[in-house]
Amino acid sequence: MNCDELVELVTAFLDDALDGRTRERFLEHLALCEGCERYLDQMRITIAQLGRVRPVPLPAESRDRMLAAFEGWYGR
Amino acid sequence: MTTLPPDVELVEALRRGDAGVFAAVLDAWSSSMIRLARSFTTDHASAEDVVQETWLAVLNGVHGFEGRSSLRTWVYRILVNTARRQAARASRTVPWTSLLPEDHGPTVDPSCFQDSDGGYPGHWRELPPAWVSPESSALSAEVHALLARALDGLPPRQRVVISLRDVDGHTADEVCAILRISAANQRVLLHRARAAVRQQLAGYLAGSEDGA
Repeated sequence: MNCDELVELVTAFLDDALDGRTRERFLEHLALCEGCERYLDQMRITIAQLGRVRPVPLPAESRDRMLAAFEGWYGR
Repeated sequence: MTTLPPDVELVEALRRGDAGVFAAVLDAWSSSMIRLARSFTTDHASAEDVVQETWLAVLNGVHGFEGRSSLRTWVYRILVNTARRQAARASRTVPWTSLLPEDHGPTVDPSCFQDSDGGYPGHWRELPPAWVSPESSALSAEVHALLARALDGLPPRQRVVISLRDVDGHTADEVCAILRISAANQRVLLHRARAAVRQQLAGYLAGSEDGA
């Protein structure tokens, strides 16, 4: 496996979606290639950082509208 | 994100009309629901309308919820159906079942790799530059802002998939169920989005301590 092939398979690798032979070739290449090891690490860091992105809160006006709708629903 | 009670309790509370629990669910899920709705609608106001309509449909339907998927997946599917109906009324449909030209081609600049003239065609010309740790508190606020911009800059379908997977933490199966896309297409969209966000992070975190 070459580096330009490995970088396209990172997500499939992380989701355990590679077939057995491809996974083996992926791991063989990774064991010998510092550049790909670093690329995979950086993808993992990217994913971990995305997991820390806090949601933008619902605007108060919109939140109030939905709570009122909920209470209206059960108040009927 | 606040920790919500397990589905069984949530469903029970919603059926009862427990406003406190409803508010907690609303706060935990609404912003990612608006983001999801935004990929189908033309503006923020219609996305909020879709989310509101979704909650009404959820309240209407929660008595019939059978727990075949998680409550959240079920709610998000209602959202996607609601958003699609609205987009169809507005004659604006985003094709979700097939990939687009933007979903093809290499995700890493081919010039990073040696061509057939090099000693190792297809291998890195130079190591990807090492990154400084994004964990330090001085960096984290800026990294957060950068990630938010990077997500905003993605094509809508890629943005939705990476937001559901990596920001909200849905599994691949859940995302396929919510969006009704194949596992292969889900993976293509996610991989392209991750590679693009990594590239943005690299521009910021690739330090001078090491690497080219």
